[in-house]
Amino acid sequence: MLKAMISQLRTIWTILQHTFTKAETVQYPEQMPYLAPRYRGRIVLTKDPDGEERCVACNLCAVACPVDCIALQQGVKEDGRWYPEFFRINFSRCVMCGMCEEACPTNAIQLTPDFEMCEYDRNNMVYEKEHLQINGTGKYHDYNFYRVTGLAITGKDKGQAQNEAEPIDVKGLLP
Amino acid sequence: MSELGTISFGLFIILAAVGGAAVLTWFERRLLGIWQDRYGPNRLGPFGILQVAADMLKLLTKDDWVPPFADRMVFIFAPTAIVVAMLLGFAVVPFGPDLYVLDINIGLLFFLGMTSLAVYSVLLAGLASNNKYALLGGLRSAAQMVSYEVFMGLSLMGVVMLTGSFSMRAIVEAQRDMWYCIPQILGLFTFMIAGIAESHRLPFDLPEAEHELTAGFHTEYSGMKFAMFMLGEYLGLILICCMITTLFFGGWLGPWLPPVVWFCLKVFALICFFVLLRAAIPRPRYDQLMSLGWKFMLPLTLLNLLLTGAIALALRG
Repeated sequence: MLKAMISQLRTIWTILQHTFTKAETVQYPEQMPYLAPRYRGRIVLTKDPDGEERCVACNLCAVACPVDCIALQQGVKEDGRWYPEFFRINFSRCVMCGMCEEACPTNAIQLTPDFEMCEYDRNNMVYEKEHLQINGTGKYHDYNFYRVTGLAITGKDKGQAQNEAEPIDVKGLLP
Repeated sequence: MSELGTISFGLFIILAAVGGAAVLTWFERRLLGIWQDRYGPNRLGPFGILQVAADMLKLLTKDDWVPPFADRMVFIFAPTAIVVAMLLGFAVVPFGPDLYVLDINIGLLFFLGMTSLAVYSVLLAGLASNNKYALLGGLRSAAQMVSYEVFMGLSLMGVVMLTGSFSMRAIVEAQRDMWYCIPQILGLFTFMIAGIAESHRLPFDLPEAEHELTAGFHTEYSGMKFAMFMLGEYLGLILICCMITTLFFGGWLGPWLPPVVWFCLKVFALICFFVLLRAAIPRPRYDQLMSLGWKFMLPLTLLNLLLTGAIALALRG
């Protein structure tokens, strides 16, 4: 009993000492909190160093998305590149989990340290491709999917990608 | 004081108490913020004091809904009871040598009676809401009442014994040589704990315990009726602090400053201490509260009573 009472008194004393400690609060609108570069906020679609859009519309992000907030339609350009005909993210559903970023094979979809995306109208929370697309490369500056992939497109045949050997003639008998 | 003077002073006290309770809602949050290393409401007006006005507006414009399954009459009566009882309690508080509404020779008993009536409000609210959480809150309130009301009354008997009167003014006058917080330290300790339980303040807010009972007895209340409960709670806090000041800390007595200022300063310091208790101490289980009341506080109070009686008798002897 006595021990418990002393413990209570010590608690009161400790709390009283906190009169002189500084508040931990970050006064948000005036004082911005530090957001790490890898903070998971608003989603963007990036472009590769040549200025072409990175997204190849593989649908992996839409599959990985736990709340099904990503919708897109795949199309093929004349040079053989794949691209999304539309790309739509419903941010009123998005939980900013970053699964889409992890699933993306071309580093196209990326999360940014920005969370200030309030809207008065709920329909404005649906972002189309033109709202998502940015002009930069995001977190990966040198990566260009079509330069490392084996897929043949106009101007780059099989075997011409970086670190790629010429294709083997599988029907030849020579070593 | 003349009849008219008394009435107008009474009205002033009512306004001051209600206004004080309103400001206290903001002040408590700021103070809790300081002790929990944050700011609390600091946006509206200087130091955020206009938060009170904003809260008031919100509560006044809220839908004041009576659930169809509730016992309508009692449901509406309950929140008024606590405010009326607490405000009546202020009648016997002497704010200065001549500043009081009522000086009756049973002042202390009147105060105890009024605070006990306030418990009915909680009980009735719990019953009338016809809601399981509210009922559990009312039940706990009843359990709490039987465990603290006994030693609450007894803890003050030491003071009465030393003074030889139930009149609040006589009690203050008797403290000219020494405040009762020294000879009645046990009484002060027990009365303070009973007072916290009486006003349902945080270490003993079992009837509303948000974490277990959503909001306890006022689960079904909204709008102004809910505001009445909050008002009653804060009025209770101020009343208990006024009482502790009067009974144990010499009321208006003090050098240099005018008596009313001394009284207000003491009450203010006590309110800060009560908020500190809220910031520091966790809530006990309600069987723990009951066993504390019956097994520790009651014997302690009786011991205090016995010692005070013996010493008073020996000194007078």
